Amino acid sequence: MTKKRLTTSAMIASFAEEGQRTTAAPFGHALSGLAAQRDEIVGLTADLGKYTDMHIFAESFPARYYQMGMAEQLLFGAAAGMAEVGLVPFASTYSVFATRRAYDSLCLDIAEPGLNVNIVGGLPGLTTGYGPSHQATEDLAILRGVPGLTIVDPCDSVDIEQAVPALADSAGPTYLRLLRGKVPTVLDEYDYRFELGKAAELRSGGDVVLVSSGLMTMRALDAAQKLAEHRVDTAVVHCPTIKPLDTETILRVADSGRMLATLENHSVVGGLAESVASTLVTNNATRGVVPIGLPDEFLAAGALPTLHDRYGLSTDRIVKRVLEELG
Amino acid sequence: MTEQTVHPVPRGVRGHAEPAPASWQERVSTVAASAHRMRHHIIDMGEAQGQGYVGQALGVTDLLAAVYRDQLRYHPEDPHWPGRDRFLLSIGHYAIALYAALAEAGVLEVEELATYGADESRLPMSGMASYTPGMEISGGSLGHGLPVAVGMALGLRHRGNDALVYNFLSDGELNEGATWEAAMGAAHHGLGNLVAVVDINALQADGPTASVLSVDALVEKWQAFGWHAVRVDGNDIAELLHAFDRLRDCEERQPRVLLCDTTIGKGVPLLENRERAHFMRVDEHEWQIAREQLDGSAR
Repeated sequence: MTKKRLTTSAMIASFAEEGQRTTAAPFGHALSGLAAQRDEIVGLTADLGKYTDMHIFAESFPARYYQMGMAEQLLFGAAAGMAEVGLVPFASTYSVFATRRAYDSLCLDIAEPGLNVNIVGGLPGLTTGYGPSHQATEDLAILRGVPGLTIVDPCDSVDIEQAVPALADSAGPTYLRLLRGKVPTVLDEYDYRFELGKAAELRSGGDVVLVSSGLMTMRALDAAQKLAEHRVDTAVVHCPTIKPLDTETILRVADSGRMLATLENHSVVGGLAESVASTLVTNNATRGVVPIGLPDEFLAAGALPTLHDRYGLSTDRIVKRVLEELG
Repeated sequence: MTEQTVHPVPRGVRGHAEPAPASWQERVSTVAASAHRMRHHIIDMGEAQGQGYVGQALGVTDLLAAVYRDQLRYHPEDPHWPGRDRFLLSIGHYAIALYAALAEAGVLEVEELATYGADESRLPMSGMASYTPGMEISGGSLGHGLPVAVGMALGLRHRGNDALVYNFLSDGELNEGATWEAAMGAAHHGLGNLVAVVDINALQADGPTASVLSVDALVEKWQAFGWHAVRVDGNDIAELLHAFDRLRDCEERQPRVLLCDTTIGKGVPLLENRERAHFMRVDEHEWQIAREQLDGSAR
């Protein structure tokens, strides 16, 4: 009998590994908690409330929840209008729609006037097996060029819980790459607090330094443990704010003979790898960077574990790549 | 048009000190005099810049005069007064017309209009909120105004602020899907505090709207989207005022749209009769002729 193949499963399959500690809907609960303290917080969505954990907020604050329908230009325009009259909106949709479909609205209605609108993008990078229609593998590349936009790629539930109030507190527009549903809880085991615009060294190591963002930090920590079995001492620097990048920390950790690799749940074009590389070059710190991320391709459909392994995001693939690069 | 004797001044303070409700005749003549001055401002700005969206601006002058002198609630000395009605210029290139209106409203000094389109001016060719007092949004990427207006109307209602939100758009903007997303959203959310004003000059960048992308049956389209729709001659001041009054005759939670047919170059026969163009050519010597024609037609 042949082994049963993995299936794509639901669009929003959890990427948590078996037995991993998780927290349910951290974004929805964090937003509700914040809204309990601040009257001006409102939530909007474009027919994806249930799929971006916005439904938690909607249940807690029905009078502060605005359903915009499957109309992303309206979602962002309306969020801008609400911010213009003093509210602090969180507007959720999938990352693909936020970036590809409604870019002009995000750029001109929200970012150009510098409004405090917080965009929440579900299914960032490769977090669904539904293929290119739903996989936002280039959202960072699209958005890094928007002046004044703060971009956050959280690792886990701890990051999200702490990022939500920080995003509301920051005066300008923000984009949060949302992890939803049962989200892994990892960073509570480290001496870590989310700080907007700051990278954090979660683990030190003398041979390799992995600079990672988003869920790839979780993989970086696992990879570091496995690399230790190969006698490779690996540091992990979590960089949840993609823009503005923590240039100081990047330059500091790059200033050594260690191998430097970036890990991101995004195309190797236009995301963390290129941010780090350009930071190094423009600061006369020329050195090599190993970019670990998704290939510059439209990706396949399938089950997430299969796809993460195929495209190099799995822990095993990361370990293999680092060992190869070390020669 | 049946004349009304008394204007049922709807709500609170307007820009100009008019403590007692004005008579119908006073309302019409106030707006007409204002429109005439605005047309001069527009011609002057066009001459200073050497070009500009003068044709469209002259077309919507009566409408903007009606809005700023008869309808809108605002404090000219405090453009950010929270209780103000919001007037959004979605059609950024019509800024020249709005600058003339803001001068009439007392928000801008008339002298400043001479800087229109010049380097370092607060009055750029395409309207930008960060540049100009009284400019609520940076329009220009067409189809953005109405979605933002929906958010403002929702937000104001949410905050218990009874100000109205006006979004000024053009028939060309009805090509943009975002406009219709917002039209649906406004009706769905019952935004009785939202007024869309559409300039129908039947022209867009590549030619007549009928040849670019037809937008027929406009009243029916807006009605089908759940709006209270009124269509008028946008260059007939009495009809405009009457229409603004009629806009209030609808369901409390229904958004309203005023569809205004306008004539490009209105008030200046030289420009009214010129071949229709999105960016109208005016020769150097013609600005003075335009001025004389304007005064002639007003007599």
